[in-house]
Amino acid sequence: MKVLVPGIAGRLGRMLAESLIAKGHDVIGIDRRPFRDAPEGVEMHEVDIRKRAAEDVFRRVRPEAVIHMATVTHLMQQSEDQYRINLGGTRAVFEHSASYGVEHVVFVGRHTYYGAAADSPLFHIEDEPPIGLGSFPELADLVAADLYAGSAIWRYPSFTTSVLRMVYTLGPTGHGTFATFLRGARVPTILGYDPLFHFMHEEDVVAALATTLATRPRGVFNVAGPQPVPLSVVIRETGRSNVPIPGPIFATALGRFGLPKLSRGALDHIRYPVTVDGSAFVKATKFAYAVDEKQAMREYRDAFPRPSGAG
Amino acid sequence: MRLPRLPIDREVRDRIDRVELPWNEYGIDPYGIAKEALAQYHTAMKFFFRHYFSVESHGLENVPERGRCMLVGNHSGGFALDGMMVIESMFFDMEPPRVAQAMAEKFLNKVPFASQISSRLGNLTGLPEHAERLLSEERMLMVFPEGTRGTAKLFKERYSLVQFGTGFMRLAMKMKTPVIPFAFMGGGEAVPTISNAVSIGKLIGVPYIPITPWLFALPIPAKLEVEYSEPMFFEGNGNEDDDVIGDNVAQVKDRIATLIEKNRRRRKGLPALPEASK
Repeated sequence: MKVLVPGIAGRLGRMLAESLIAKGHDVIGIDRRPFRDAPEGVEMHEVDIRKRAAEDVFRRVRPEAVIHMATVTHLMQQSEDQYRINLGGTRAVFEHSASYGVEHVVFVGRHTYYGAAADSPLFHIEDEPPIGLGSFPELADLVAADLYAGSAIWRYPSFTTSVLRMVYTLGPTGHGTFATFLRGARVPTILGYDPLFHFMHEEDVVAALATTLATRPRGVFNVAGPQPVPLSVVIRETGRSNVPIPGPIFATALGRFGLPKLSRGALDHIRYPVTVDGSAFVKATKFAYAVDEKQAMREYRDAFPRPSGAG
Repeated sequence: MRLPRLPIDREVRDRIDRVELPWNEYGIDPYGIAKEALAQYHTAMKFFFRHYFSVESHGLENVPERGRCMLVGNHSGGFALDGMMVIESMFFDMEPPRVAQAMAEKFLNKVPFASQISSRLGNLTGLPEHAERLLSEERMLMVFPEGTRGTAKLFKERYSLVQFGTGFMRLAMKMKTPVIPFAFMGGGEAVPTISNAVSIGKLIGVPYIPITPWLFALPIPAKLEVEYSEPMFFEGNGNEDDDVIGDNVAQVKDRIATLIEKNRRRRKGLPALPEASK
């Protein structure tokens, strides 16, 4: 099967490409970033998904399936420009897919769609609306892209749409928002809060995408692996130091004293949990995770030991 | 953030190990209940449960050893002292020990430490989604249908029942869950509220602050008791009209009122009322 992957040039994209090639698929990549040491056999196009040249790739290649990974992460501070990629890029992917006979589009979204708030439930189900956008405007673009992708389910009956809301990724490549947050020796937490964090190993992320490609479930699905774990346990098990900071001075301390830089709106995401119920996805695809939370944390720690010299 | 640690009581350790929850390798369940946090908490509460209030549990044979159920009772006493002691009663007096999960007031999750502690002990924010999910996983819920109206009762109203919410009944019917009504005795004596300071409470983010004759809501060592009565089952799906639900709620409320009256007379040394007094 010819599989087009917009946003392939990340670490997760490479793993996905390798896995798809190993399964005998033809992999065509689109990314505006260069794909350094791309796996052998990937047909790479270094273009912006929103530009004319990307449409030419769809026209010429005629992919049967598209796995749309060209969305950006949100917990860390981003440049203005990147927010637009989510929505503009997602629109382009769906329109080109409709024009050029794609059979299956997979939108790789994030579980942070649901937002974090004091009164939000644990284990969100797919029917729930997003909350907390008011306090976290940076999330708006991701939510809009997710809802736009969801509307493709009825707007484009010519192909199957799978919208995936995936939990954080954690593993030895250090890919992803959560892994980046944990990178330093000291991890800031908000004093008096210890939310559950829901993450899965990157190999399971790739396996879930491959399973989605094989089973073509139509609809919106949360994708989760093992049970969530309190942030304090993640910090301990990855060999970091927990630096609890009182909420009122937290925003000021960020980006200083060796602490990571977070967007202000992200504070609720380290105060309250965002966890999802992945059972609908399991039911639709028979997906089963292979790596438990303990192993995922250990592999991350082995690949990214606590930076020395600090703290 | 690591909270200060107590050496874990041996009895508590033994009982924690017999709690039937799906722990992962770190001793944490999918909802974030932590074995260590439970051990710390029950060690700290043991003195209050066993000695300070010397809480007595009656009717434990009516409480299922496992499987979904809902403990439903009366509130009194300034803050949720009654809830805390019912949790201890399930932990120290049941065989095997059970973790009764309360539905926490929504404001609690905004308060630093309260948020952290209540989630590690399994007292999730009071949302229907949480309650349904926990029952579907065969947990034990503890519900006070009077809500904060109940803890706000003054000393003289301590054994009255204020309006019951109906959410618990719809939930019990939808989730086919037995309701175990209980009466909690002595809460109003331990924390005799003479007034509730609503505006000071608002300042610090709680609904009100109970004021006692000695100003603060420090409980005095009154004798506390809890009596559990036979499980009640209600047929239906939870989408019935308000009057159907209201009738069922009234049955539970009546049962609790009868239990309170019976225990009150006993505590005062009065003769019991004849059984079929209704």
